[in-house]
Amino acid sequence: MILRNSLLFLLLIAFAAIIISLFSTNYSEAEQLGIVAKHYAENAKAEVGAPNLVSAVVVTYRGLDTLGEVVILFLTAAIIGFMLKSKHSVNNSDKRIKGSEILETAANALVPIIILFGSYIFINGHLSPGGGFQGGAVIASAFVLLVMAKANAKLSHKIISFTESVSGFSFVIIGVLGIILAAGFLDNTFLPLGKYGSIISAGAIPIIYIFIGLKVGSELTSIVNNLKESQNIEI
Amino acid sequence: MIQLIIAIVLGMIMILMAGVAIYHKKLKVAIIAAGAVSLFASILYILLAAPDVALTEASIGSGLSVVIFFYVLNKIRKYDTEK
Amino acid sequence: MIFSLVNISLIIGILLVLAGIWAAITQKNIIKIIIGFSLFDTGIHIIMVALGYVKNNTAPILDSENLRTGTADKIVDPIPQALVLTAIVIGLGVTALMLVYALKMYREKKSLNINSFKDLKW
Repeated sequence: MILRNSLLFLLLIAFAAIIISLFSTNYSEAEQLGIVAKHYAENAKAEVGAPNLVSAVVVTYRGLDTLGEVVILFLTAAIIGFMLKSKHSVNNSDKRIKGSEILETAANALVPIIILFGSYIFINGHLSPGGGFQGGAVIASAFVLLVMAKANAKLSHKIISFTESVSGFSFVIIGVLGIILAAGFLDNTFLPLGKYGSIISAGAIPIIYIFIGLKVGSELTSIVNNLKESQNIEI
Repeated sequence: MIQLIIAIVLGMIMILMAGVAIYHKKLKVAIIAAGAVSLFASILYILLAAPDVALTEASIGSGLSVVIFFYVLNKIRKYDTEK
Repeated sequence: MIFSLVNISLIIGILLVLAGIWAAITQKNIIKIIIGFSLFDTGIHIIMVALGYVKNNTAPILDSENLRTGTADKIVDPIPQALVLTAIVIGLGVTALMLVYALKMYREKKSLNINSFKDLKW
């Protein structure tokens, strides 16, 4: 075992030495953008109308990848819910220690503010750093705080899955509207582009990001909620 | 120049934290060290001019993933003490 | 040899990837193996973002007036950042999936040691 580990260690060290020498001497950072990135930088204002180029790439230029990514996240959330489902009935006697008073008061004050901040992040996703994924994660962390502070807080599975399915469905519907009214799937120009840099602009990007944010937020919340509810069940 | 120094310091802290995450005996400390690696990585993303990625890494890598690790760890530990 | 920000980031990324591989190969505890995979993820993301960096340029957000003319010379590459953005979220989902599967495995053998799972060996 020790022999195997030391052999592996030597192998990894050799690998590291080769790659680090390649990276540190022969590689220097690029002086200018590649062709595709240059196209995006020069034409994004006219084609998409979003100042944040990362949002433009995520939602419009590579929107199909984002759809696939959201589907993968949905699948993982569904598999986790399926695996954590137990045959035993839920043990109702809640043995969890209550959160301290400081934690509960702070949760009461902070949860609405964190949710507001999360929605700010994904509504402004096309103007400033941020977007649906970050906003959804922030909203999910607000629900984590709620679930941790209050021992008997129960999040409704129905509301979570309703939000998730409605926002996912609307995401696809907006993509199909792009085929019908504009150039292709997930094209955002079927709505007017508006004034560059204002909050209602960039066509359908803010709407798509709101739906992505709701979907990611409800999926991550459902993962955490499933894990929390399984704490009292015998594994 | 100051960016280089910050990057080197961040890198040293991250490698140290990765070592702690791999070799510490207590799983709690290991999980928190793995979260700290993500947190310092998000500062490195700011230096690399990627604020979007930094936001994502800070909220997901060092927030939610640590919480999920702790839920699973708590469930395993609870079973151990009951047995 | 002159180090720049990108070279240092690439070296940090490579070292994190190797630390992740090392943890996944040598550790016996399943939770430690999953931690190794998440370190591997972080390293790969740092490498990908560093490869898209362009010298002395700013973030790809065309916000102020002076960025709107001659844009292509002033910003870094947005495509690796968009890739990494989605990769981080998928990484969380996959990590959660691995953890729940580890829970299932623990239920079978009442042990987190990888050496007690020998059902596929013969």
